[in-house]
Amino acid sequence: MTSVSIKDLSLEFGAVSVLKDLNLDVGDGEFLVLLGPSGCGKSTLLNCIAGLLDITDGQVFIKGKNVTWEEPKDRGIGMVFQSYALYPQMSVRGNLTFGLKNAGVPRDEIARRIERAANILQIEPLLDRRPGQLSGGQRQRVAIGRALVRDVDVFLFDEPLSNLDAKLRSELRVEIKRLHQQLANTMIYVTHDQIEALTLADRIAVMKGGLIQQLDDPLTIYNKPRNLFVASFIGSPAMNFLKGEITGVVGSPVFRAGDLGISLAEYQAQQPLASGHSVIFGFRPEHISIGDQPGPAGRSCEAVVDLDEPMGADSLVWLKVAGKAISVRVDSGRRYQPGEKVFLTFNPAMASLFDAETENRL
Amino acid sequence: MADVAEVSNPRTGIEPRGTRPRHAFSRRNIFIYGTLILVAIYYLIPLYVMVVTSLKGMPEIRLGNIFSPPMEITFEPWVKAWSSACTGLNCDGLSRGFWNSVRITVPSVILSIAIASVNGYALANWRFKGADIFFTILIVGAFIPYQVMIYPIVILLREIGIYGSLGGLVLVHAIFGMPIMTLLFRNYFASVPEELFKAARVDGAGFWAIYFKIMLPMSLPIFVVAIILQTTGIWNDFLFGVVYTRPDTYPMTVQLNNIVNSVQGVKEYNVNMAATILTGLVPLIVYFVSGRLFVRGIAAGAVKG
Repeated sequence: MTSVSIKDLSLEFGAVSVLKDLNLDVGDGEFLVLLGPSGCGKSTLLNCIAGLLDITDGQVFIKGKNVTWEEPKDRGIGMVFQSYALYPQMSVRGNLTFGLKNAGVPRDEIARRIERAANILQIEPLLDRRPGQLSGGQRQRVAIGRALVRDVDVFLFDEPLSNLDAKLRSELRVEIKRLHQQLANTMIYVTHDQIEALTLADRIAVMKGGLIQQLDDPLTIYNKPRNLFVASFIGSPAMNFLKGEITGVVGSPVFRAGDLGISLAEYQAQQPLASGHSVIFGFRPEHISIGDQPGPAGRSCEAVVDLDEPMGADSLVWLKVAGKAISVRVDSGRRYQPGEKVFLTFNPAMASLFDAETENRL
Repeated sequence: MADVAEVSNPRTGIEPRGTRPRHAFSRRNIFIYGTLILVAIYYLIPLYVMVVTSLKGMPEIRLGNIFSPPMEITFEPWVKAWSSACTGLNCDGLSRGFWNSVRITVPSVILSIAIASVNGYALANWRFKGADIFFTILIVGAFIPYQVMIYPIVILLREIGIYGSLGGLVLVHAIFGMPIMTLLFRNYFASVPEELFKAARVDGAGFWAIYFKIMLPMSLPIFVVAIILQTTGIWNDFLFGVVYTRPDTYPMTVQLNNIVNSVQGVKEYNVNMAATILTGLVPLIVYFVSGRLFVRGIAAGAVKG
C-alpha cells in the first residue's frame, strides 16, 4: 500500500527546471528521507507534495487520492519547518489549535487532541507560554505538535533540526525516531545531514540536480552506492577514490593504478570486468586495515603515513598510495608518526567500482 | 621576559587593566557635542522667536527686538488666532479649519492604510499573475509629480459629483498615499519569514485569515510608522486642500495661509505666530508621542523578525 505517490512530477521556474520527471512511491508508515546537497530540489519536492508550490507537470497522490489540485489543508499532511514557523503572537496552545479552529473541529475534540499531542511530546507545562519564551528544542517540539494535532496520514519535515545545536539535534533525532515508531505514520523528511538520514530512514532518496540518484535502504546506499556522486556524498569521513584500470584475465580481474595492484576476484560486479576498462576504485576508510607486516598477496601494499587525526573513538590516518592521499580509520589505541612505513590490506568485497566515464557502479 | 610584560604606561605610571578610561573632555567629545549643540540651536531659534512673539502684544512687537523675551505675557493672540481671526469672509479663526482638517485626516489615514496594507500583503505573499507589473506601476506612480494630475482629478471629481466636498479630498489623499504606503507594507511583509505563511496555509488559513490572524498582529510597528507618515503628510498638505475644497471646507493649513497673507489692515505678527504654532501642533504631538515606536518600526523593516 502506498501512502504518497508522485508520478512524472516536473517543476520549472521560468526557464529553470528544478525537478524533472520525478517518480517516487512512499509506502504506508514508511520513513523516507530526501537527502542531497543544497539546491538539489529536495525542499522543493517537499513543498510540491505539501501543495505549497504549483507544479508544472505530473501528479501527486496521497492515500490513493489525486491531490494535485488540492489546497495544502485538504491533502492530509502536517508540516514541520526549519525555522519552526510558530505564530509569535499566539500561545503554544493557540499555535496548536489554530489549524483545528480553521477546520471547524468541535471544541471538546480540540481539547482531546491537544492533550494527546502535549502528552506525547511532553509540552504540557509550556501550553500557555509564547514561542518567544521557549528554547529552540522546545519550539521545534511545539512545531511537531502542530503537525500532530492535525491527525494526518503524512508528516512532512523540512530540515527540522538544522537550526538546533549539535547536542539538541541528536536528542530530537532520537525523539523523532521514537515518535515514528509510536505513531507509525508516513514521514517524509528533508535533510542535508547524512547522519540524520542514515539513522532515521527506512529508505533514503539521494538527490542531485532535481533527480533522484538512488533510492534504497540506508545500508545499501552506504555499502553499494549506485554512482560516484552517491558514494562521495554519503559517508563521513568520505570514501577514498583511486583512478586506474582493469588488467588481468577474465575471471580474475585486477585493479591497477601505477604500481598498485588489487585483485578483484571477491568483488561482486554487476557486469563482467573487461581488461583495459578505465575505472575508479572506491573504498571506505574503515574497509582497509593497517599492519606492520604485508597482508595477503594481491590485496596489500606498502604506504607512508602522512598525518594522524585522532577523533576520540578512532583515528583517521592519512597516507599516500599510488600518488594519492587516502584516509584509513584505525583504532585510536595506536598513534602513527608521519613518515612511518606501514602495510595496507584492502577488502575488495566491500569496495565499489565505478566506470570512469559514466561514473556508474560496475 | 616577565619584566617586559609588566611594563606600565610610562606617562601615567598606571598598569592598564580592564575597561579603557574615557575622558569627558576629550577632543572627540568636544567636537561631537559641540556640533550637535550648534545644530540644535540653529533649528530651535525660529521656534523660539515664534513662541516669544506670539506671547507679546503688538506695541511690544513694534519695538523690533525679536529675540527678547516678552515683558508682559499675553495669551490674547492665541485666543484670537483660534476663534476670531478673519479669513476672507469668515471671522471665526482657525477652529473651523482645525475641525475640517480632523475630518479630512482621520478618514484619509484609515482608508489609505487599510487599503495599502492589504495591497502590500497581497504583493509580498500571494504571488498572483501580473504582480510584478502591478507593483511597477505603483512604484512609478510614486514618482509622478502631483501637479500633472491636479486638473484631471478636478474633472474626475466633478463628474462623480464630489468636487469641493471633504469626501473628495479624502479620496484624493487615499489615492496619493497608495504607492509609498504599499511599498512600505510590502517590504515589511516580505521580511516576515515565508515559512510562517506556509505554515498558516497548511493550517488551512485563507487570504483574510492569514492577514488578520497572522500578519496584522505581527505588524504593529509598521502600522505606527504608516499612521505617523500619513497623519503628518495629510495634515500638512496645502496643495490638495486649496484645490479640492471650498472656503467652508478649507483645511487648517489653507486657513493659516489666508490669515497670515491677508492684505487688509495691520499685520498682526503675534496672531500669525500663534496660528502657525497651533497648526503645527498636531504633527509635533504625533512625533513626540510616538517617536520611540516610529524608530522601532523603521528598524523593524530592516531586521528579520
